[in-house]
Amino acid sequence: MNDFSWLYTWPQYIPQLLPGLWVAILMTVIACVGGYLLGFFLALLVESPVRLVHHAAIVIVELGRGVPILVLLYVFYQGLPQLGVLLDPGTAAIAGLMFSAAGYSSEMIRAGLNAVPKGQVEAANSLSLSTIDRYRFIVIPQAARISIPPLVNLTIIIFQATSLATVITVPEIMQRADVIGSVTFQYMSVYLAAGVLYLCITIPGAVLSGYLEKRLGGGRRASRRRTVKAFIPGVREPQSA
Amino acid sequence: MLDVLGYIALGATWTIALTLGSAAIGIVLAVPLLGLARSRFRVVRGIYSSIVHVIRGVPTLVWLFLTFFGVGQLGITLTPVAASLLTLSVIATAYMAEIYRGGMQAIPAGQWEAAGALNLGRFATLRDIICPQLFRAVSPSIATQVIGLLKDSALVSTVGVTDLVFRAGVMTQYHAHGLFMFGFAGLIYLLLSIPVAVFSRSIHARITRKYAIA
Repeated sequence: MNDFSWLYTWPQYIPQLLPGLWVAILMTVIACVGGYLLGFFLALLVESPVRLVHHAAIVIVELGRGVPILVLLYVFYQGLPQLGVLLDPGTAAIAGLMFSAAGYSSEMIRAGLNAVPKGQVEAANSLSLSTIDRYRFIVIPQAARISIPPLVNLTIIIFQATSLATVITVPEIMQRADVIGSVTFQYMSVYLAAGVLYLCITIPGAVLSGYLEKRLGGGRRASRRRTVKAFIPGVREPQSA
Repeated sequence: MLDVLGYIALGATWTIALTLGSAAIGIVLAVPLLGLARSRFRVVRGIYSSIVHVIRGVPTLVWLFLTFFGVGQLGITLTPVAASLLTLSVIATAYMAEIYRGGMQAIPAGQWEAAGALNLGRFATLRDIICPQLFRAVSPSIATQVIGLLKDSALVSTVGVTDLVFRAGVMTQYHAHGLFMFGFAGLIYLLLSIPVAVFSRSIHARITRKYAIA
């Protein structure tokens, strides 16, 4: 049964897998937006002077980073019913991915926040900016330069991790590939098509992240002007006299 | 109770074996790939970067299913363990090669020039000047990557290797209490990553002490 038809038959499966790609993208977007917000608050909690809060936040972060995403998915899907919480597969998958994204992103965001010189915060305080304004205008724009390239990478990783949701029967790319494969037995062709679909997102993502790293990393002053302002709404150039 | 925990914990043998096996293969096989990355020909560097991007751009689960289910279409049958080891090794190789490449960039050009000024041969330069600095630069990243492999190895449960996650799943089907079973498996993953971190820190300290320069 040694045949090489898979070399040219794989593109025919792409249309059937495409709906799965939208599911994967949707899961990525929800998990990342929610996860990064959670990660930001976790980062603030880890920096908290209260010991109990600090340690509790570190435990959550380490659980998110240290436990495999597959285990998190099983915990949310098969584990929570033990506590009487029944999640449907999609919600469980998003919850698991979000938990992991929160853990990883909080470390990246914390690295960014810590890189902002202390004098900046003191200067903001001496201008008596409110806490929200201090973060919005002073801290976040400077921290973003450090945090954004790794966060883009993390988004790509989370997108790849949506493939794991197949084990808890979310109808994303791999789940559809399994179904097609079990009917046609053309597993090589089907999974090849699935791999190509993933590459369609991850390769442009890798290029974008390389570009951002170069743009935000080198040339301190120039990059801060151009790029960070593009990312943070409400930050405007001061009127020159 | 204890026999349930024991049954799950026994899965750690496959988890550890696959993690260490693929890490060892990756650390060795990434060296020739580094040769491609440092080639003076643009085409060869292009080949290197497309290999690495494709391997890293496709999710591990897709590679695993390709090597386990997919190759059946070619008339090849691999056991779950063989397919898992093969997949994890290939992925480890790609990641390690990128780590080496980053480490090489961290070595100042002056080191090569100084070796040239001392009239050292190419092999001696690599062995005595470049390699120690390279391994000092990359050892923390390698440890991170090995911990990443440890977590990636959880995927092998999907093709039927009886690792931690697989056994936790079996026990959930027997006794329910999924939170407990998978929580225990997750705890073991956390515990397993500690020795890797400690070992890497000690080896990093030793290299830094031995070649304490810049």
